[in-house]
Amino acid sequence: MSNETNRRDFLGYTFAAVAAVGGAASLVGMKKAWDPLPSVLSSGFTEFDLSTVKAGHPSTIMWRGKPVFILKKTADMQPNKRDLIINGDRYTIAIGLCTHLGCIPAWKKTKWKCPCHGGEFNASGEEIFGPPPRPLDLPPFSISGTKIVLGEEGPEYKKIAAAIKA
Amino acid sequence: MAKFTKANSVGEWLDQRLNTTTLNKVLMTEYWIPKDINFLWAMGVLLATTFGILVISGIFLMMYYKPDVNLAFDSVNYTIMQEVAYGWLFRHMHGVAASVVFLIIYIHMFTGIYYGSYKQGREMIWISGMLLFVVFSAAGFSGYMLPWGQMSYWAAMVITNLFGGIPFIGPDLVVWIRGDFNVADATLTRFFMLHVFLLPIVIMALIAFHFYTLRIPHVNNQDSEELDFDAEAEKYLSGNKKESKVIPFWPIFISKDLAVLGIFLLFYFYLVFFHYEFAMDPVNFDPADNMATPPHIYPEWYFLWSYEVLRGFFFDIGPMKAFDIGLAAFGFANAIFLFLPFLDRDTKILPAHKRPGFFVWFWILMADLIVLTIWGKLPPTGANAWVGFVAATLFIVLFILLPVISKIDAKKRGE
Ligand code: FES
Repeated sequence: MSNETNRRDFLGYTFAAVAAVGGAASLVGMKKAWDPLPSVLSSGFTEFDLSTVKAGHPSTIMWRGKPVFILKKTADMQPNKRDLIINGDRYTIAIGLCTHLGCIPAWKKTKWKCPCHGGEFNASGEEIFGPPPRPLDLPPFSISGTKIVLGEEGPEYKKIAAAIKA
Repeated sequence: MAKFTKANSVGEWLDQRLNTTTLNKVLMTEYWIPKDINFLWAMGVLLATTFGILVISGIFLMMYYKPDVNLAFDSVNYTIMQEVAYGWLFRHMHGVAASVVFLIIYIHMFTGIYYGSYKQGREMIWISGMLLFVVFSAAGFSGYMLPWGQMSYWAAMVITNLFGGIPFIGPDLVVWIRGDFNVADATLTRFFMLHVFLLPIVIMALIAFHFYTLRIPHVNNQDSEELDFDAEAEKYLSGNKKESKVIPFWPIFISKDLAVLGIFLLFYFYLVFFHYEFAMDPVNFDPADNMATPPHIYPEWYFLWSYEVLRGFFFDIGPMKAFDIGLAAFGFANAIFLFLPFLDRDTKILPAHKRPGFFVWFWILMADLIVLTIWGKLPPTGANAWVGFVAATLFIVLFILLPVISKIDAKKRGE
């Protein structure tokens, strides 16, 4: 009697073990199936010539389907630790998605205003009003001459990213 | 195998194999309903019907819809609306039903709250109902994305970004849910799958469960009177129909439901034919553009109240970021109704008008939800932001006070 019970218990445990391993493996598979595809991950680089922008009027370029703001600062705009300085000109480079819930803020003379919940960012991309929890994000970039390449982590990027963290 | 004799009719043949006579009794002719219930109890049948309309119209839409960012907008706005015979009708039926279903869900929910139908013994009815509400919301939202208009796109952007607020894994979670760094093709196709397959079958399973939870404690009634259903059923079956406090669901009770359903369908088809635009935001007739946000974005009317709770907290309090407070409040607003049976500390089941404190609580909650809904649609600037803040705070305070208020009511009655 007790012998038989043990044998059934053993069968039960065996099944549980096999099912647990199989279940865990399929969960991993399902999780991965929803990850971005390789073609999305490698969706390349975007090049842009900084010398084409007019001070005080930000350009918006598309990178990985997201807008990126490039603003050449005018003389009366506060310098900031996250400025990119090229030939003495100061630039704000930022992903143009509100850090609150991802709307695209619009440039209103001296600042970006988010239409969704009223968030505001100054010319350096820092949040100055409303719900956004942090400044506009910095996209990875590298610089060669006056050209900026988005998607590559160059030394200028690393310097600014470190300055933002500090 | 059981012994089968030759059947004399199709009904008998089926009965031998499927026991249809007993099934029919359990589900229909001897499923007892209290006499003392009003038209508000017909909402269940209305919901089941509306869900049926959604499924059938959805099947027809799916035959022409193309889940691809380049084709989706035209497949809806050109192919279905212009080319397919009666395509416009199926779209309007689907869109209007998706909106109206929430109206009925809310009526159903607040009827339950008013009459205390979530209390002692009926907790599972309430919980399964709230789960249905959550899955319906997910289905509504995933469907709203499919036409790939501007509102679809930005609604998807905002809602998926909400998950970014979850500590530690937030940003990675957002990318995972979208399948891209942005709301993109991968996002559309997976939401398509959710909307047309996974969520509908979950809804069907939950509906079956919701009906089942009702079968054991039985439906509540207007006076929240505790009935001995077996004894009352006995009376009814022995011919004492007048004295019995219950009637069978089929064919007696259902006639009332069907009358209400008739009126509802008139209203529904009036909307479908003459006012479908109330379920179709004009902004969504612009194709999605990931480089331009519409100047003012808002969800469909049925999500406005929780949207307003989300953005009601627009300033930082101490070390807490406005974003996190809003998100926490939003989470609270969406989860708290689930706990209603346990927050209500009154020891008796009674309708709200027999519980003075709760009665006031109920109507303040209704008013607050209406204010939240209206202000959820207004731009969040100036005084509007403050109205939103006060209303969102009030919502939370109401639920914190509920245990106290319900307890006081019970005490006053001398319990
Ligand atoms: S998305 Fe910008 S303030 Fe909410």
